[in-house]
Amino acid sequence: MSKYVMVIDQRRCIGCMACIVACKAENDVPEEHFRTRVIQEVEGEFPKLRMELRSELCNHCDNPPCVYNCPTGASYKDKENGMVLLKKNRCVGCKACIASCPYDARYIDPRHGYADKCTFCSHRVAKGKEPACVQTCIGRSRIFGDIEDPESEVSLLLREHHHEVLKPAAGTEPNVYYINRILKG
Amino acid sequence: MPISRRDFLKYTSMAAAGTAVSLSDAELFSHLFAISPEPHEDVNYIPTYCEVCFWNCGAVAAVVNGKVKKLEGNPYDPRSRGKLCARGNAGVGELYDEDRLKHPMIRTGERGDGKYREASWDEALNYAAEKMTKIKNEYGPESVAFMMHGGITTHLMNLGKAFGSPNFGFPSYGQCRAARMVAYDLTYGADVGSPERVDMANSRVIVFFGTHLGENMHNSQVQDFTEALGSRAKIIVVDPRFSTAAGKADHWLPIRPGADMALMLAWINIIISEGLYDREYVDKYTAGFDELKESVKEYTPEWASKETDLPADIIVETARELGRYAPSVCVHPGRFTAWHGNDTQRERCIAILGAILGTWGREGGIYLPTKAPLAGAAGMSYPVPSRASIAKGPHAFAQPQLMQAVRRTTITADPYPIKAWVVAGTNILRAVPNPAKSIEAIMKLDLLIAIDIRPLDTAMMADVILPECTYLERHDALKIDRGVSLSVGIRQPVVEPLYKSKAGWWICKELGNRLGVGGYFPYETYEDHIKKECAAMNIDYDELTRVGTKFYPGTDNPYITNENQPVFKTPSGKIELYSSRLAEQGFAPIPKYNRIEQPEKGWFRLLSGRSPVHSFSRTANNQKLFELFEENVLWINAKVAFSMGIRDGQNIILVNQDNIMSEIIKAKVTQRIRNDCVYMVHGFGAKSRLLSRAYGRGADDSRLMTRFIADPISGSTGMRVNFVRIEKA
Ligand code: SF4
Ligand code: SF4
Ligand code: SF4
Repeated sequence: MSKYVMVIDQRRCIGCMACIVACKAENDVPEEHFRTRVIQEVEGEFPKLRMELRSELCNHCDNPPCVYNCPTGASYKDKENGMVLLKKNRCVGCKACIASCPYDARYIDPRHGYADKCTFCSHRVAKGKEPACVQTCIGRSRIFGDIEDPESEVSLLLREHHHEVLKPAAGTEPNVYYINRILKG
Repeated sequence: MPISRRDFLKYTSMAAAGTAVSLSDAELFSHLFAISPEPHEDVNYIPTYCEVCFWNCGAVAAVVNGKVKKLEGNPYDPRSRGKLCARGNAGVGELYDEDRLKHPMIRTGERGDGKYREASWDEALNYAAEKMTKIKNEYGPESVAFMMHGGITTHLMNLGKAFGSPNFGFPSYGQCRAARMVAYDLTYGADVGSPERVDMANSRVIVFFGTHLGENMHNSQVQDFTEALGSRAKIIVVDPRFSTAAGKADHWLPIRPGADMALMLAWINIIISEGLYDREYVDKYTAGFDELKESVKEYTPEWASKETDLPADIIVETARELGRYAPSVCVHPGRFTAWHGNDTQRERCIAILGAILGTWGREGGIYLPTKAPLAGAAGMSYPVPSRASIAKGPHAFAQPQLMQAVRRTTITADPYPIKAWVVAGTNILRAVPNPAKSIEAIMKLDLLIAIDIRPLDTAMMADVILPECTYLERHDALKIDRGVSLSVGIRQPVVEPLYKSKAGWWICKELGNRLGVGGYFPYETYEDHIKKECAAMNIDYDELTRVGTKFYPGTDNPYITNENQPVFKTPSGKIELYSSRLAEQGFAPIPKYNRIEQPEKGWFRLLSGRSPVHSFSRTANNQKLFELFEENVLWINAKVAFSMGIRDGQNIILVNQDNIMSEIIKAKVTQRIRNDCVYMVHGFGAKSRLLSRAYGRGADDSRLMTRFIADPISGSTGMRVNFVRIEKA
C-alpha cells in the first residue's frame, strides 16, 4: 500500500506556470479550465512587502467531502494509493462534489458533462513516472511521492520542515503539504 | 519497464560525460511520457530544440499518428534539463494555431490595409527576387536591409551577405544586449555569452538590477536561480518595482529609476575603502585600480542615499554582504539593458563591481568559457560590400546591427538610400521603440518582404508574405551551446509542415537561387548540410538525431586554478577597471555619475517588462498561453491611484510627452511599484485582425516610446526615458 502526497516548497516556486500548461497538455484539460493553478499574493505596504506564490490543486483529502456527497459513487478514494479519483462513466454532472469541495478544485468538462479534477496524473504514476506538473517544475518546487516510504523525498522533506495544509479547519485532511510558507493561510 | 529517476540521472550524466548513450530510441525518451497507444497508433519520440523563445531548450515531441501530442524537456540537454517552461510546454499552441500564415500572399491594396491575394510559392518568390534585383541594379545591394531574430538568422544572414549587403538590423542587439556586450568586452575582453555564464546555482549572494528573470523564463538560468533560493543564497534585487525576483529577495531596494549607477559607485567605494575587495585578484588580474579608487571617493553612502532614495545604512549593509561572501557573488550582468541612454557605463559599473569582488572565473560568480575543440566546417567567403554598413550609426563601439540606424537611414537616405527590408522572425513594429517611425520608414520602401509564422503587425505591412513553418516542422542550424561544457544540439522536424508553409532555410535558398547567389546554399536539403557539419565536427549524425544533444567530454574548465588561468583580450591583457579604449574615444574611462531627467509632478516614467508565459509580441495569440495571460495591465502605485481616483481594474489611457495616446488598458492598483513610475508587460496591443485572440488586447508600450536615448558608446536605445500621464478612458 502506498499513499501519494505532494509537497510544495514555496520558496522555490518562481510563478512560471510551466506546471499549469504541462498539466493541461498531459490531461487534455478543456480551454479556460484548470486542474492546478499558481496563486500570487502580496501583503504589506510599499516598500515593506511580502510575496507568496502558492500552487493549488486537489488535495486528495483523507476525509473528502466530494466523495461523501457524490450520489452515484463516481467520486471515490482509491484504497491502494490514497488518490481521490473519479469514474467518469458514473458521473451524472450533478455538481454536488464541486459544491462540497472547499478548495475549488473541480470543474465540469463542458465537452463531456462530467466532473473533472487533478488525478495526481494517476496514469503516469501507474507507469512509475512523476505527475506532469512535477516533471516540468522549473523551480523543483513541487515534489511528489509516497509518504508511506520513510526514505522518499516527500517523507524526508516533511520530517525536516515545518509544514502546513490549506484550510485545516475544513477538516478534510489534505495530502498536499506546504513548506517554507510565507504568508499566513 | 519504467525508468526511475535514478536511471534518469545516470543517463544524463552519461550524456554529460560524453559517453555514447547506447539505448534504443524507444528507451531513450519513452520513459518521459505515459502514452498508451492503441494498437493501430504509431508513436514516435523525436528530440529537437524549442523556439518559442531564443533560449533554444532541448525538447522531445511525442508524435502520435503524425500529430504532436505532447512536448517534454530533453533530460540530456543543458538548457532544459528535462523541463520546459510554460511557453515551451505550449509549443503545440504555436504549431496548431489556426491563425497561422498558411500560404504565400501578395499585397493587392495599399500598404497596411490588409488586402492580399493568395500566390503560389513560385510566383511569390519570383516577385520578391525580381524586385530585389531591380533595387540592386538601381541602387546597389546595400540598399536592401535584412532584419531577423531566431532560427532563420543563419539562413537569412547567409542570403544577405551573398546578396552583397552589409546592412542588418537585430532588435536583439540595440534594443536588448548591446550595452552589456560592449561593456564586458571593454572590461574583460569578452562578453558573458548567451546564455550568460552566471554560476548562480553556486552563488552565496546574487544581485539583480531591474531584472525580469523569473518573469522572463530563461529556462536553465531560472532553474539555477531557484537552486540558489533553495540553498538560501542571499538575494539583493534593485528595482523600482516589486518584481517576482524582488518577492524572493532578502533585500529589495526600490531605487529611484535611473539611479542604479549611484548605488553601484557607492558600493564600489565602500568595498574599496573598507578593504572588502579581493586584493590578490585585483593585483593579479586588473588594471587601473588606483584610478578607480580615486575616482569613486566622492560617491559616499550619504550622497548615494539622496540620489537613489534608499537608506544609507542599507547601502552600507548590502555592500558589506557583497564583500563578506566574495568571490562567491553573482552580480548579474542583465540581458535587457537598453534603459536610459547611459547603459554601457551602467554595465561597466556591474563589470567593475564583479571584478573587484574577484568573481570572474570563480565559483558562484561567472564561470570561464569552455575549451572549444570543435573543428567545424569551413566558412563561406562572401563578396566584400562596396559601401560600408550604415547599421553601426555614430556609435563608437557598436556592432553594425542597430535597427534604429537602419530605420533612420531608410527615412533620410543619408548616406545612401535603403529601398527594401527583408524582415524575418521579428515584429519590428513592436520590437523597436516608436512604431510610427517604423511605419514612416516602411512607407518609403520600394519593397517589404516578410517571412513569418504568424500574421503579426509587421508582416501585415509587407508587399509579399512568405509563411515560414514552426520549429516543430523544420531543420535549423546546429545549436552550439557554450555552457559549463560544450554541447551540440539538433533542431529537426517532428511533423511535416502544415498548410503551404516552408522552412526558413528553404525560403532563403530558393530566394538565393532566384537572385543568382544559389552557390552560397550548396545543399539540396538543410539536413545534408547538417550532416556535413557533423562530419567536420566529428559528431555521429545519426546518434545526434536520436539523442538531440551531445556533450563534449573534457571541455569544461569553469574556474580559475593554477593551471587554468583566464585570458583577457583587452589592450592591457588585464581586466580594465580603467578602460584605455574608452579614454581613446573621449569617453569616461571610469564610470562617472550623471543624474538623468526625472518626471515632473503628474507624470510617470514608463517601465515595461515580461510575462513568464509570453515571448515578446509573438505568443499573444497562442491559445494555451492566452488563457493564462490575455492582456497586459498598467501597474500604478496604490497611493497615487487613490489620489487620482483610479480604481483597480478601471480602464485608463496613457498620454506621453509627445501627446501620443495609448490604447485602453486596465489599471492594476498595487503596492508593488514606486510612485514615480508605471509598468506594463511588453508585447500587447496587436493591430492585426488576423490574430483572432490577440487583436486589440491590451496596450502597446513601444508606441509610447517616441523618445529614446541612444547610448553614444554602444548604440543601445535607452527606452526607459519616456514619461506618461494617466487619463481615465
Ligand atoms: S480538494 Fe476538493 S476535490 Fe480534492 S479531495 Fe479534497 S474535497 Fe475532494
Ligand atoms: S512550474 Fe514550479 S516553479 Fe513554475 S509556477 Fe509551477 S510550481 Fe512554481
Ligand atoms: S525558455 Fe521556454 S520558450 Fe524558451 S526555448 Fe526554453 S522552453 Fe522554449
